[in-house]
Amino acid sequence: MTLGNVWVFAEGDENGPSTLTLELLTKARDLGSNVAAFVAGDGAAMASELGNHGASTVYSTGDLGGKLVGVHGAAAMAALIESAGAPDAIMFGQTTDGRDLAARLSVKIDQPVATNNVGAEVADGALVVEEPVFGGTQNIYTAFRNDGPSIALFRPKSFEAAASGGAAADVVAIDVPDAGNAGSAVVTGRHLEERSGPQLDDAAVVVSGGRGLGQPEAYEMVDQLAGLLNAASGASRAIVDAGWVPYSKQVGQTGKVVKPSVYVACGISGATQHLVGMKGSKTIIAINKDPEAPIFGVADLGIVGDVHKVMPALIEALKAR
Amino acid sequence: MKVVVCVKQVPDPALPGELDPATNTLMRGDLILDESDSYGVEMALQLVEAAGGGQVSLVSMAPNSEVKGLRTALAMGAEDAVLISDPALGGTDALGTAKVLGAAIARMEPDLVLAGVESSDGYTGTVPEMIAGVLDIPSITFAKQVAVDGSTVKVQRQTELGFDDVECPTPALVSVTAGVVEPRYPSFKGIMAAKKKPVEELTLADLGIDAGTVGQGGSRQETTEVTTAEARQAGEIHVDEGDGHEKIISFLSELKVI
Repeated sequence: MTLGNVWVFAEGDENGPSTLTLELLTKARDLGSNVAAFVAGDGAAMASELGNHGASTVYSTGDLGGKLVGVHGAAAMAALIESAGAPDAIMFGQTTDGRDLAARLSVKIDQPVATNNVGAEVADGALVVEEPVFGGTQNIYTAFRNDGPSIALFRPKSFEAAASGGAAADVVAIDVPDAGNAGSAVVTGRHLEERSGPQLDDAAVVVSGGRGLGQPEAYEMVDQLAGLLNAASGASRAIVDAGWVPYSKQVGQTGKVVKPSVYVACGISGATQHLVGMKGSKTIIAINKDPEAPIFGVADLGIVGDVHKVMPALIEALKAR
Repeated sequence: MKVVVCVKQVPDPALPGELDPATNTLMRGDLILDESDSYGVEMALQLVEAAGGGQVSLVSMAPNSEVKGLRTALAMGAEDAVLISDPALGGTDALGTAKVLGAAIARMEPDLVLAGVESSDGYTGTVPEMIAGVLDIPSITFAKQVAVDGSTVKVQRQTELGFDDVECPTPALVSVTAGVVEPRYPSFKGIMAAKKKPVEELTLADLGIDAGTVGQGGSRQETTEVTTAEARQAGEIHVDEGDGHEKIISFLSELKVI
């Protein structure tokens, strides 16, 4: 048994829909008999890729300019529900805008939201979502019992993206109603971080550093090692909070979820917050001086040693090859 | 300037978490101030100082009149606190929490509401935006820098690709990331003073909230199953004696990475 209409909050940039969006669309095809995408922006530009992953319709607000996606997207989605009828479920990625839009919508239509999910199925006509808790040691399954759309947020890489071969989605332009005083925040400037080399989201190899590096300058070793292995460089929350590296490098519960073939953790103790974001990696190598560090509980190869000795030796040996 | 900071009192993250087998909700033993919220408290104290005066108040929701975490935030320098404690609140979800906190905050009439981006136990990351929705005020989430200029809030908002400069008029809500400021340690004097600071305790009835709209029932979701995830097996552990890098090299070549 499946649901009827399922909407997916679709995000992306000038290169098209995000991988997370395509993952959600792929899952939505399993869950519902009809899938639509909702774009808080220019949906027409993504219509063919969204259609190719199962969306028959793309609802598009058009460019929002400097308006925030959360409050205005929610106003538009609530109005669409009012005019077109509520879908059975609305799927969001666990992103900054996804969380904001789902939260505002939740209040507007007085329906609950389930967050941090990694799985979904339909049982007795209701959406049931799966959320890992306590660092992924247990999974909680929650069924929606509300009278309205089931609103659920999903973590990246919960599902495998696969094309459906569908035709370009029909683009339906929708209104963005005036959000009043609540909509008065405006973006006055945008700053993009420079991105070069393999990206954390899809690199086959990831090298990450943590507090055990001792000082910000030591992160250079992580970058060097990543360069030699054609890997993306990542970080634990501790050193992002400390300002050593930007948030875009953060791997963990908050931050990015990575599932590379090989993950190399350097000077990372393995707090739950971090493990949640990387323990889906195929193979894990850890270097840490504390033999009791939790990271060794998930490592396929654990080196108990000082990163300041092991990493330079490793870098030299790789350069010599 | 009046700033209200949302603070959550959470089970000590250093202790292993547990589910109540009867209700499948999080067991809450001795509660402490959520570290994620200490950044909001510090940010509020700094903004009020920068504005040349004002007041920092706290709002929290917790069972059993729990105040230990609130006392920590009061010791940092907040002036007073409102605590909503009601047996009917057990099992309340994010939306229910926002309804309760929003109703309490509305009575406090702040210029600015601050919250952590997400709690370190539930980490839904939706409650602050929902509170802004309940109060029908503008919000800027995921702030990594906050300044108030008269009646305008200016924020650097973290995004997936970098950050945006965002501004809005007060009253507004801002959720702050960890690391936005360095939280101060309460001084001995602060800890002593905190014991005498007022904590107003409210029930749902005081806020005019129908108990049926919050709690487990209000969440309109049902836990159908809890399973234990398959644990990842630990592999080979090698103590480095100058040969650690060689172990890694041979492992990487086995994996055909090099």
